[in-house]
Amino acid sequence: MTAYIIRRLLFLIFVLFGVSVLIFGLLMTFSPERRAAVYVTTPQQAKDIPKLVKQYGLNDPVPIQYARWVKEVASGNLGWSLVAARPVAKAFWSYFPTTLELNLLASPLVIIVGIWLGTLAGVHRDTWIDHGTRIGAIVGWSLPTFLFALVLLMIFYGYYGLFPPGIISSDTSLWVINNPDKFTRYTGMYTIDGILNGHLWVTWDALNHLVLPVLTQVIVVVALLMRVMRSGMLEELSRDYVITAKAKGADAHTINIKHARKNALIPVITVAGQLVALSMEGSIAVEVVFSRQGMGWWLAHSATQLDMPVLMSVCMFIGVVFVLSNLIIDIMYAYIDPRIQLQ
Amino acid sequence: MEATLPTKKEHPRWRELKFTLYRIFRNPSAILGFSLLLFFLGVAVAAPHLAPPKFEHAPYQMPHKGYSPTPKPPSAANIFGTSSGQYDIYYGIVWGARTAFKIGLFVVGFAGIIGISLGVIAGYFGGWFDELLMRFVDIVWSIPLLVLAMTIVVAFGRGLENIMLALALVEWRWYVRVIRSEVIKLRGQEFVEAAKLMGVSDIKIIFRHILPNSIYPVLIMASMDMGSMVISASFMSFVGLGAPKGYADWGQMVALARNYIVGPPDDPLKFWYTIFFPGISIILFVLAWNLIGDALRDAFDPKLRRR
Repeated sequence: MTAYIIRRLLFLIFVLFGVSVLIFGLLMTFSPERRAAVYVTTPQQAKDIPKLVKQYGLNDPVPIQYARWVKEVASGNLGWSLVAARPVAKAFWSYFPTTLELNLLASPLVIIVGIWLGTLAGVHRDTWIDHGTRIGAIVGWSLPTFLFALVLLMIFYGYYGLFPPGIISSDTSLWVINNPDKFTRYTGMYTIDGILNGHLWVTWDALNHLVLPVLTQVIVVVALLMRVMRSGMLEELSRDYVITAKAKGADAHTINIKHARKNALIPVITVAGQLVALSMEGSIAVEVVFSRQGMGWWLAHSATQLDMPVLMSVCMFIGVVFVLSNLIIDIMYAYIDPRIQLQ
Repeated sequence: MEATLPTKKEHPRWRELKFTLYRIFRNPSAILGFSLLLFFLGVAVAAPHLAPPKFEHAPYQMPHKGYSPTPKPPSAANIFGTSSGQYDIYYGIVWGARTAFKIGLFVVGFAGIIGISLGVIAGYFGGWFDELLMRFVDIVWSIPLLVLAMTIVVAFGRGLENIMLALALVEWRWYVRVIRSEVIKLRGQEFVEAAKLMGVSDIKIIFRHILPNSIYPVLIMASMDMGSMVISASFMSFVGLGAPKGYADWGQMVALARNYIVGPPDDPLKFWYTIFFPGISIILFVLAWNLIGDALRDAFDPKLRRR
């Protein structure tokens, strides 16, 4: 087990190296002048571009530039973000909590709802519950996240005046900025900071802004989980041990919940990595539409403003998160199903 | 001498295909999916007749009268209304259907051809090529589709063509993985071994025995992908990475509607048409492909097939 984890961590280094080469190669498609323009902040500096190209060695051979870039990144200098008007590393810490907050609330809901509905559909195969959830899953799968988010915003915010977009209302945000002694930003997440500081109304305000984003995220991601859970249940319910349990007189609840569902959870874990990727992609659309300044919002805005240092750092970061979460999933896999031997 | 009964002897592959088609069209979701698809196909093919372009050389450019940012409701002249910038929504929907097919067919076709050919070679021959390819796939696999595709679009430059190219350059990894695992399963089976012993060439084995037996999961995936690639492309257009303003593209039309989803306080849903028509087009187009993919999955599922 330990050897396996060490090997996977070494694999992570390999993947990161690969991702960095890949992304750096993409950056190199820009002309040196264009890359120099990243360092220019005022129109007067524009004439300095040839000087900058020389100063930063942007015309050097690619491997030398790559080595220099890796050295910079290793020393914590990730470059300057145009969108955030701050160094990338600093901007990261102001955007990351927003995305984490969204997913901390959405993921448990996705898991609970997905497993529950999937089990229900599997147990009540070919009844209206099954057909209903299946149709729901296909329609949910066909809904583009950004469009669904816009429609929710239109109905709830536009028509009923509920659940405004943004992270927090401007009054609250002003109050927080003006009262640094009363409100410390421990985590950067308003919901948790509100509880930690004893100002529950801040938490309430933040939650109010989170209802629609979380709802969007859950509906878009849950479809996949539901479908895998359903087919897992169908497969398990046709196994011999279910017949044995029935013959021994076990009631339906025991068979479904204690026997079949436990085993049906195993295939679910194989798509867990896909669920993580879906959540990451979902966060981009959700944050863009609800104008929540998180990682996804930052990424989308950096893309439209050709902010390459940000795109590179975010790709690297997401690569780390994704590979680590896949490692955790694999370890969980071995833990839940003792038949699986990691090697 | 031999008295044979006049039975019609069908080729087994033909019989199998007929059985598959029967299974597909027994499924109501397939009928709905194919009807929707036919509808969009009709709209896309008949686009020059349904909405004659103003300028022959630029049919994808949506015509607009004036530059007023406020959308106008459906009228006799603009049956679906106009969006911000006075672009005719009906025209955009009709030509946008062509754009959607272009995106889906190009991305899935390109990704499918790269993925299938690399995956079959890697799976069938194995060796260093397989090892190298799969490690490369591991690397690209660690970044979600949308993130990597957006980065590639930024590197190549904005535009619908680059969005399509970027999506194809990311999506092929799925096809490699799926077909490779199918090929590996088949590689060791007796009928392939037998063909090899009889001296059939590798190319012939691949095209005669390996591909026909491993293509079904890829077909299901390709069908679902047609929808999800259109979603991803329309999101990138929506963000502003797509074609220049005024191009008939559903994602961009949603972007034009974005500032008008909430109308004036006395009539908050005043501009519903700006988002409704492009939105429903995207959803139904994607739904069509997903319904077909779902029906294919049921029809090809060996566990359910002969029951």
